[in-house]
Amino acid sequence: MGELQRVYFRFCCFFLVFLCHIYCFPYQKCTFTDMLSCFKDKVGDVLLPGDVFSFQMPESITDSKPEKVVCGPGLRRNGDEVLVCKSGILRHKQPNLYWIDSQQRRYVPGKGESVIGIITAKSGDIFKVDVGGSEQASLSYLAFEGATKRNRPNVQVGDLVYSQFIIANKDMEPELVCIDSCGRANGMGVFGAGGLLFKVSLGLVRRLLAPQSEIAKDLEKMFPFEIVVGMNGRVWVKSKTIQQTLIVANLLESCENMTAQQRQTLFRRVADGSI
Amino acid sequence: MRDTPLSNCERDFLLKAIEEKKRLDGRQTYDYRSIKISFGTDYGCCFVDLGKTRIMAQVSCELITPKENRPNEGIMFFNIELSPMASPAFEMGRQSELLVKLNRQLERCLRNSKCIDTESLCVVSGEKVWQIRVDVHLLNHDGNLMDAASIAAITALCHFRRPDVGIQGEEVTVYSTEERDPIPLSIYHMPICVSFSFFQQGTYLLVDPCEREERVMDGLLMIAMNKHREICSIQSSGGIMLLKDQVLRCSKIASVKVSEVTELINKALENDKKARKTGGKFGFAESLPQERITALKTEVSPVEMTDVKEKANEIVQRADILPQTVPSPVLTAPGTGQEEEGEEEETMELEEGHEEKGRGNVVVISDSDSEEEDVVILNQVTTKETKGASTSNQQGAVASKQQKKRRK
Repeated sequence: MGELQRVYFRFCCFFLVFLCHIYCFPYQKCTFTDMLSCFKDKVGDVLLPGDVFSFQMPESITDSKPEKVVCGPGLRRNGDEVLVCKSGILRHKQPNLYWIDSQQRRYVPGKGESVIGIITAKSGDIFKVDVGGSEQASLSYLAFEGATKRNRPNVQVGDLVYSQFIIANKDMEPELVCIDSCGRANGMGVFGAGGLLFKVSLGLVRRLLAPQSEIAKDLEKMFPFEIVVGMNGRVWVKSKTIQQTLIVANLLESCENMTAQQRQTLFRRVADGSI
Repeated sequence: MRDTPLSNCERDFLLKAIEEKKRLDGRQTYDYRSIKISFGTDYGCCFVDLGKTRIMAQVSCELITPKENRPNEGIMFFNIELSPMASPAFEMGRQSELLVKLNRQLERCLRNSKCIDTESLCVVSGEKVWQIRVDVHLLNHDGNLMDAASIAAITALCHFRRPDVGIQGEEVTVYSTEERDPIPLSIYHMPICVSFSFFQQGTYLLVDPCEREERVMDGLLMIAMNKHREICSIQSSGGIMLLKDQVLRCSKIASVKVSEVTELINKALENDKKARKTGGKFGFAESLPQERITALKTEVSPVEMTDVKEKANEIVQRADILPQTVPSPVLTAPGTGQEEEGEEEETMELEEGHEEKGRGNVVVISDSDSEEEDVVILNQVTTKETKGASTSNQQGAVASKQQKKRRK
C-alpha cells in the first residue's frame, strides 16, 4: 500500500512542479552561460509556443567558450534568441541537441524520413503517392532496386510502398525513392499481399521506432507478427491469422494514451485471454 | 483536401476478415456501435453519437402561407449538410451524390411516412401555417450516416416545442416562451433507418458499417421502420441482387434494432425532461464529460494483480509483530493515533494535526453503524512531504481505498 502511494505522490509532486513552471517563468533573459543552464534546466519540462530564451553574448566572453546549441524540431533560432514554436516537452540528446517532443496526427513531410505511401496514379515516368501530407509525393519508376527503362517495377495503383523522402520542403512537391544512396533497396519497396494498414498518431510512431522501445518489446511477447512503421503515422501489421492481426492493430491504436503500467496490464490480459 | 485512398491491402484484408465473420472493431455481424444521445439547451437541438459518427439536428419553426393545394396542412422541410469538418472528402457548397441521396432518403423516411400530424400545424386555414424546419449537420463521418441522421432528426422533432397560438375570432396571437409554455409537436410514430451493407455479391451482410467497411461494400439496403413493425421505406443501392428471404431476414433484424433504438430515444427524452423539471443542469455543455486536468481525482486504473498475494504475505511477514493488545487503548497524547503497516487496522482520529511515521498516510474511519461505509479523510502534512502532500494523500487515499476494496 505504501509503495503505490509513493508513486502517486511523486506523480503529483512532479505534476504540480511543472505546472508552476508553465505559469511562473514565461520569459527569460540573462547572460549566455546562465541562459544555457536555465535552458538545460528546462529539459523534461512542458514548454509552450511563445517561450523565448535569449542568448545574448556578454561583453567579455574570454573566460567561457561559447557552447553550441543545435535546435531540433519545435525550436527556432531568431538571431540571438531561441523561440519555442510547438507545445511539448523539451528533450536533450548529448552533446548539444535540443528539441520539443510534441504530439500531432497530421504529417508534414521531412527529408530523410521513411514513410508508408499508397500509390494513387501512374503518369508518365512517375507514380503519384499519397503520404498523408498536404500534397501527393512523386516516386520515379527508376527509383527501385534493379529498375531500368526496359525493366519496370511491378507496382499497381493501390499498392503500399515503403520509401524515403529525398526532397521534402514547403516550396516543392515532395519526392520519394525506394533505394538508398548505394542503389540498394535496404528494406524499402512495394509491400507483399496481406496485412492490415491503420493510422496512429505521430507520437506513438516515434515511440515505437525509438531504439529501446518498450511498446515494441511488450508487443513482441504476444505472438509473432510482421510490422512496418511509417513516420507518417501509418502502421502495417501482418500476423498468421486475421484475428491476431486485428488484435495487434487494436492494441496499438488503444495504447496511445496509456501509461506503461496500464499498457502492460492490458497486454497481459489480452495474452491470457487469447491463449 | 483529398480523402485518403483505400489501398488494395486494406480492401483484401477487410473482405477476408468479413468472410471469417470478423469486424475491425470486434463487433458481431448484427451489432450496432454504442449510441449516445444528448440535447442542447434549446428545445429541438439534439446530438447523436453512433460510435465515432457524430450528427447534430436542430428543429425550428416559422409561420408562413401554406401551399395552394393543401391549405390546412403545415409544411416540413428537411436539410442535411455535410460539413468539411466531417471528412476531407466533403467540400463546402458542392452538391455531391451522397448529399442528394441522404436528403432524399431522410425526406422519404420522415415526410412520406406521415409521422408528424401536419394538420395540427395549421393556424389559419389558407393563410398561416407552421413550417417546421429540420437542419441536420454532420460533424464527423465514420460510416452509416443515414441511421444517425434519422435518429437525430426524429429525436429532435420529439424534443422540439413550438410556441403556443391563441385564436380569438379574427385575431391570432402567438405567445412567446415566457408568456405561455410551448407545446410539443404531435408525433404519431418514430421511423428509424437501419442500414445493411452487403459484400461479395450479397453473400455476407453487416449491420451498421463503419467508414472503411462502407468503402469496400458492394451494396447497401436501408430499411426505415417504426417500433410497431411498420415499414416506412426501403431503399437498395449499389445494384446488388437480393433474394426475397434475404430482404425478409433484414426486415426482421431491423425490427429488433428499431425497438431497441426507440427505447433508447425515449429514455433520453425522459432524462432530459426530468433534468429540466427539477432545474438541474442540462444542455450540451453539461453532457460533455469533464475532461479537466485535476490533481485531486484519479480514475480507476487496472492494477497488476499477478503476484499480489506473495507481495502481501512478504510485507506481513516483514512487519513487526503486534504488541500485546490492551483492553483500553493507550493514548500517547490527546488526539493522536498510530497505524501499523500492512494491517487493515482502523483507528479513530480526533484531530488532524499529528505526525505519522513513514509513508502509510491514510487512515480509514468507519461509521459506527455500518462496516461497509469507509470514510477517508485527508491527513495532515508530514515533515518530509511539502506542497504536493495533501493532494497526494487524497490520491493515495483513493488508491488505497480501491486496493482495500479489491483485496476484500
